[in-house]
Amino acid sequence: MNTLAFSLLTQAVTAGSEATYWFPPQASTTAADIDWIYYFIYWISVFFTVLIIAAGLWFMIKFRSKKNAPPAAAGHNTALEVTWTVVPAILCVFIFYFGLTGYMDTHTPPADSYVVNVTGVKWAWSFTYPDGTVSDTLHVPVNRPVRLVMSSEDVIHSLFIPAFRTKQDVVPGRYTEEWFEANQVGEFDIFCTEYCGTKHSEMLSKVVVHAEGDFTKWLAQAGNIHERMSPVEAGELLVKQRGCLQCHSLDGSPATGPTWKGIWGRNEKLADGSSLTVDENYVRTSILQPQAQVVAGYGPVMPTFQGKLKDRDITAIIEYFKTLK
Amino acid sequence: MSSLDTTMGHSAPSHAEDNYLTHAHGIKSWLLTLDHKRIGVMYLCSTVGALMLGGVFALLLRTKLLTPGPGILDMSHDTYNRMFTLHGAIMVFLFIIPAIPGALGNFVLPIMLGAKDVAFPKLNLASYYLWVFGAVFFVTAMVAGSIDTGWTFYTPYSVTTPANGVIWATMGVFILGFSSIFTGLNFIVTIHKLRAEGMTWFRMPLFLWAIYSTSVIQVLATPVLAITVLLLTVERTLHVGIFDPSLGGDPVLFQHFFWFYSHPAVYIMILPGFGIISEIVGVHSRKHVFGYRFIAFSSLAIALLGFLVWGHHLFTSGQSALASVIFSAITFTIAIPSAIKIFNWLATMYKSSLQLTTPMWYAFGFIVLFVIGGLTGLFLAAMAVDIHLHDTYFVVAHFHYVMVGGTLLALFGGLYHWWPKMFGRMYNEMWGKVGAVLVTIGFNVTFFPQFVMGTRGMPRRYFTYLPEFQAFHIASTLGAYLLGFGIVLAFANLAIGAFRGRKASANPWGGATLEWECSSPPPHDNFAVTPTAHDPYDFAHLSYDEKTDGYVARRS
Repeated sequence: MNTLAFSLLTQAVTAGSEATYWFPPQASTTAADIDWIYYFIYWISVFFTVLIIAAGLWFMIKFRSKKNAPPAAAGHNTALEVTWTVVPAILCVFIFYFGLTGYMDTHTPPADSYVVNVTGVKWAWSFTYPDGTVSDTLHVPVNRPVRLVMSSEDVIHSLFIPAFRTKQDVVPGRYTEEWFEANQVGEFDIFCTEYCGTKHSEMLSKVVVHAEGDFTKWLAQAGNIHERMSPVEAGELLVKQRGCLQCHSLDGSPATGPTWKGIWGRNEKLADGSSLTVDENYVRTSILQPQAQVVAGYGPVMPTFQGKLKDRDITAIIEYFKTLK
Repeated sequence: MSSLDTTMGHSAPSHAEDNYLTHAHGIKSWLLTLDHKRIGVMYLCSTVGALMLGGVFALLLRTKLLTPGPGILDMSHDTYNRMFTLHGAIMVFLFIIPAIPGALGNFVLPIMLGAKDVAFPKLNLASYYLWVFGAVFFVTAMVAGSIDTGWTFYTPYSVTTPANGVIWATMGVFILGFSSIFTGLNFIVTIHKLRAEGMTWFRMPLFLWAIYSTSVIQVLATPVLAITVLLLTVERTLHVGIFDPSLGGDPVLFQHFFWFYSHPAVYIMILPGFGIISEIVGVHSRKHVFGYRFIAFSSLAIALLGFLVWGHHLFTSGQSALASVIFSAITFTIAIPSAIKIFNWLATMYKSSLQLTTPMWYAFGFIVLFVIGGLTGLFLAAMAVDIHLHDTYFVVAHFHYVMVGGTLLALFGGLYHWWPKMFGRMYNEMWGKVGAVLVTIGFNVTFFPQFVMGTRGMPRRYFTYLPEFQAFHIASTLGAYLLGFGIVLAFANLAIGAFRGRKASANPWGGATLEWECSSPPPHDNFAVTPTAHDPYDFAHLSYDEKTDGYVARRS
């Protein structure tokens, strides 16, 4: 295995390589550096492991004695003791230094990074691009630094992309960030690595690295879901991607907001005492000016989607509502 | 050294008919005993029971992990999550932390000091019953409350999970913590006040240095855990907003508090193991332990530095880069005293009169596992590499190498070393060695593949996994079966030896520490006359006596 790993070490210094015995593919600009530090420690470890195990075995065989053998004379060797204190100490200083510089590289995003907002919620990821497009897989352009600004809506999650050697906890109540520059086109795994309950092991996604130019094409197409889907399908996708279902249930159960089960044509009593029937204009007003007509019994807590949802999006959601019997 | 002594010209007594096992009869004489030796035996049985329970959960988890999805056990997500929580919590709180101090510490420490008992025998029994009560309470709460938080109880998951037993389970941790504090306190006072004549600090056996360092951590760190679980309870019941971000709290604060205890606790787990290995390597090499003072001080150094490294569990948590840099640097300093110990043990074995006994095989197994466990710690201490490896199977493998390698192999080594003293009978030597080799090999087959899996990206605490990891999971599971078989074999050999083995002499290995000067098993009061302590690793006055298959002291 060691000879295998050695041949892989030589591969490790070339960027953008395939998966090796130890590592997934190196698909980011920092992956090769991190693998280099890993192998640096690895070979120190192999050296000391082999040395210590071989010495132990050799001493056990070589100095094996009969029960009635006289006890051995005590030994003392100051030079030796200083050596095995100082040599590991020096090696540790080097490992610390490489670990530190590697860490700073992977935690200092370039100023011109492309920003994607990430939301973690039990048990799904959602990615929001600067133009407002939302996807449940992460799409990025190759050879461009990308900065993920991340937050969680419930418990702590952690976004791990093994092929980029990058990972960062996603903590509720604050933003955390991680960045990378993909240097290989392809699809790579995203895992959640902070235990978050029942389906923690299924909180998976993919990062899709697009070739030069393909990313803008993808973004334009992903932003235009209405070309690809019926209004009902588009509406269903939108309410999922935008987190509406965190507060509005589909099964009649109460939550932060009124349930959507049977919402279409329902008679709602409002907080100001008046009442109305849910129709196209009420839905539109509620999305764009949520505080204008709040249903009785609920707090005025919904954020506005002004500028986030376009007219066609709202129309699609209305069509979707009509199907929620 | 021998010129200092004129009173020990006799050979040690053997096979006293009145020993601690026969001194009193009946179940009550055990349950209400204040004898540290009987309390040690009760701790041994109880903590081994916890090990078996935790081990059954481990084997069930590994069996499920043979395939992705529900697998051949048809296990659900939630069952899996509860089971890994039970496995971790039982192993950590009920086995690894209390086993060596509770069982071997209790049995051996007062005799090694030349004392009749620990300083506070009643407190000692109270510690044991707190452990029993805490254990029953804890396991009941975990099972009844369907706890699925992992043994780490991270917030906000643990304050928002519907599993309503979190409060009760953390109360169990609270009770167990007091058991641990009382034991630590008892040992510290005993070591300070009850050392026999001639036992200066630097004539103390290295096992006692290790237990002393461990006790300091138990007394200083455990209260922090108690405060943390109390705060967690307050948060869940009164919603005051300490840890829960929706109430203005900080979930990462919990991680700081938790690891402020739990990282020093790692050294509660490993330091007693270091102590045992120092004893075994010295006695079974029949050579003075090399670098005695280095080893003694390295235990203290590890105990103190261990308080300053908790932040290395939080490199990916969003903790500031500066904090991470400092924690990383201090973490590396712990590697040095650990390395010193390993080299000193090897130097002790060099040009020794080495006896290739079962305890020696366990000591070697311990060194193998601890070297791998310790060196893989360097990967995790290096910040850039830790970012990739954090919360993957690499970490799982690393801490099993350190904690299981450290505690389990050292416990076996210690049991095989002191068993003739504890029960006055020998075990089967051949099966003892077979057990040691099986445990060491089984352990490596179980956990080595997890380093590869983890580096390739397999996250921990995963019910299901991508197909590319299956080969490693299968290897790991097969290794776990082998390890489980080896552990059962090793315990069975001890148990059979205790009842049916041939009678042991007072000093079957030629040890120079005081426990080898009383009979096997020791009498109720340990020593008729308080012994005088000498250099614990000077074996010059001990010679082999074929008739008793033991060593006798000939001082003049």
